[in-house]
Amino acid sequence: MKFENTTLDNGLQIIAEVNDEAFSQSLGYFVKTGSRDEVPDMGGVSHFLEHMVFKGTDKRSAEDVNRELDELGAQSNAYTCEDQTVYYMSILPDQQTQAVDLLTDLMRPALRTSDFETEKNVILEEIAMYDDAPPYGSMERCMESFYGDHPLSIRVLGTPQTVSDLDSESMREYHQDRYAPDNLCLVATGAVDFDALVKQAEILTKSWKPSGFKRVSTMPKHGSAELQFQHAPAVQQYTFELSQGVSRNDPRRHAYRLLATVLGDDSGSRAFWALVDPGLAESAGMFAHEYDECGILGLFLTCTPEDTQANWDALVSIVREETGKKITERELTVAKNKICSSLVLSSERPGNRLFTVGNAMTMRGVYETVDQSIANYRRVTLDAVHDAWVDYVNQGGARVTIGPELDVLK
Amino acid sequence: MAETESITAPDISHIHRLSNGMTLVAEPMPWLRSAAFTLLVPAGTRSEPEGLQGLCSMTLDLAQRGAGRRNSRQIVEDLDFMGIERSSSCSTFHTSFSVACVAESLNETLGIYADIVLRPHMPEDEVDESRQTALQELLSIEDDPSQKVFTQLKNLRYGAQFGRSPYGSTEGLESVQLQDMFDYHVGRYIPDGAILAVAGKFEWGELKGMVDKLFGDWQSTETTPPGPVPIQTGVQHLQHESSQTHIALAYDCVPYQHPDFYQSRGLISVLSDGMSSRLFSEVREKRGLVYTVSASCQTIGDQGSVLTYAGTTGPRAQETLDVTIETIKSLGNGITEGELSRLKARVKSSLVMEQESSTSRSSQIATDWYYLKRVPNRKQVLAEIESLTCESLLVHFQQYPPTGWGLVTMGPEPVVLAQDLVRVDSSSTGVASDDASNGASQLPETAKPPAAKGTTR
Repeated sequence: MKFENTTLDNGLQIIAEVNDEAFSQSLGYFVKTGSRDEVPDMGGVSHFLEHMVFKGTDKRSAEDVNRELDELGAQSNAYTCEDQTVYYMSILPDQQTQAVDLLTDLMRPALRTSDFETEKNVILEEIAMYDDAPPYGSMERCMESFYGDHPLSIRVLGTPQTVSDLDSESMREYHQDRYAPDNLCLVATGAVDFDALVKQAEILTKSWKPSGFKRVSTMPKHGSAELQFQHAPAVQQYTFELSQGVSRNDPRRHAYRLLATVLGDDSGSRAFWALVDPGLAESAGMFAHEYDECGILGLFLTCTPEDTQANWDALVSIVREETGKKITERELTVAKNKICSSLVLSSERPGNRLFTVGNAMTMRGVYETVDQSIANYRRVTLDAVHDAWVDYVNQGGARVTIGPELDVLK
Repeated sequence: MAETESITAPDISHIHRLSNGMTLVAEPMPWLRSAAFTLLVPAGTRSEPEGLQGLCSMTLDLAQRGAGRRNSRQIVEDLDFMGIERSSSCSTFHTSFSVACVAESLNETLGIYADIVLRPHMPEDEVDESRQTALQELLSIEDDPSQKVFTQLKNLRYGAQFGRSPYGSTEGLESVQLQDMFDYHVGRYIPDGAILAVAGKFEWGELKGMVDKLFGDWQSTETTPPGPVPIQTGVQHLQHESSQTHIALAYDCVPYQHPDFYQSRGLISVLSDGMSSRLFSEVREKRGLVYTVSASCQTIGDQGSVLTYAGTTGPRAQETLDVTIETIKSLGNGITEGELSRLKARVKSSLVMEQESSTSRSSQIATDWYYLKRVPNRKQVLAEIESLTCESLLVHFQQYPPTGWGLVTMGPEPVVLAQDLVRVDSSSTGVASDDASNGASQLPETAKPPAAKGTTR
């Protein structure tokens, strides 16, 4: 396993975790722009653009793109979240040249107006699909309430209104600014010929100009409202609460994740034994998530509307009031083992390593081997987890519940 | 660098048949740090007595609440301590356990699962907890229209016994007693027909000895082989105030164990695998009717089915269904050379990448052994795929044109299936041997809508 890292004159960073023993190779462009880099009126533009990228370039029609991806036998896709847009594929090593050519060309989409209108319908269907599926937008509403006017409150998909209002000209400007080489990172894992990759990328991106775009990070003011919404066709009640966690550059982040695992993992945690194992709730637990300048510790509960109040009280009591019930060495070790075992198991596929390696570099500017990631969790002490817990219970949170009826939760 | 020829590298499956009827199938993948297993026990929903729908899943849940020398909490703690990734589920013919771990933990994990299957405590004081857990799962399906339509379609297509939902019914779950679970465990958790499929890093001699020791004493009881699986056609609409209409459509195809299965799977690939597939390009790319449209194959007994799904907002539902059916029928106009070569490329790359996942491989060899009583190696599968031609695919389509249509929709308004496709009285029957959803896991399956954070294309 060898790590490679270089930056072209135009600002494009290229990194690779090369594993000559691998059967396959994964490639991805990590674009450092997502919904949090949008203005509210254009909510959803990053995600809409991600769709448009597959609609063809000056050299390729949409059919060409789809056909070539399939000719490579590639497992390819893309996703958009709050802080990035990622295009990726897994291929056989002998297809590297073709794959790099195609993926790099895609970063310069034609953005044809006619495709724009058809694709708008697909996105409106995507929004409708999530509207019909649990947890019925409760997480998005909770993010809006928690982050207020901070850009982390903007929905990844946008709203039917903002998506309908988007025009192709503004998307073009957005693209020019955000898909500049100095805001991209080309990541490769597995059986990679790195020298060839750099040489080819250099030729293909020769005419690309840097834009100097830099994300503006401001600390959010956290909301603490408790909101209820009705979704008549629902059977179960879905509840989220968000509180402050730590940012992705905060050294305490491993302790926060371990805390969430001890208290609220989907197996063997305190919330599991109290609520899920006895069948009182479909799911109940805690999760940690990090952004550049801040983070989340979140609670979730899914159960019948009738049981929601009692279950919520029980969950809150476990995570907020029982700090007296000290976390044991055994609990902490189990939590570490779970996370570390999952790191090992998922690392076997270059397709999984791509995201771990790419995210670490684009979001934290570092490279970590699997063993280094494991060591980061192993070294966390019981005291550090307790400190995280005390920080957590001293804060409020923003809560949203949604279900068939109103007034289920005080 | 691993060369593409590794596709023809020796991949040898070991087969060991225990005298009690259980089979161990194992494939070493010494380049991995992990090992995975799939354990199929012949306890499926089809064996639930009438009125006790959900018995299979309740028994599965209770069996994990204490077994051998461990109580409920110790099982979870010991598995978590080793960082074991696991799941378990019920299907028409099986209860299955799927487990992945770092190689060093394989033996101890197998020991825990042997206890769960052979020596569960079935504690009386946790029966209600099992029931409540099962009821929660049942409720979760009610809130998920894309799953709900397929649960209903299975029921419509395979009838009361073979079309049962693995989640059971409210009445069934409320009726199950501890004695029912005892009886079901004694009668159905049996070695005759059980399959343990292991893939990953292990030493064969050691594994074989371990499995003999753990499962050798497992006693079989008399069982009756399943009767024929009836296929029914028809249309059903579930009224639901959702934004989208969810459309689940099924028609007949040859089953996994049929000699022409790869022809059939090849046609589904042309229809649905990849962004250049016909359904994706006709329904989504050209018309923008949907976000999700897909087709996959399923075998239950010796009945094969193609299942398609599309979700679209109300007013466009009829057009979506019509275009989906037209696209399926368009296979009869022939397959292009381009489509054929793309399908071959996809299979080839999936076969290579399967070597990076012990979990995928263990599930695949369990399926292969169940249906075929052999495990085709990569070279053999590749040869089958290479033998496909545009002509053979077309001939297959003509020989087995889509029939036996079943349609379930869920949404604000019903849609209409063309009259010539609705043949109310033309049920066919088949002899049951078993089921596994989307049997050909080594062939590419179209992804389901993701639930992950962020949104995928």
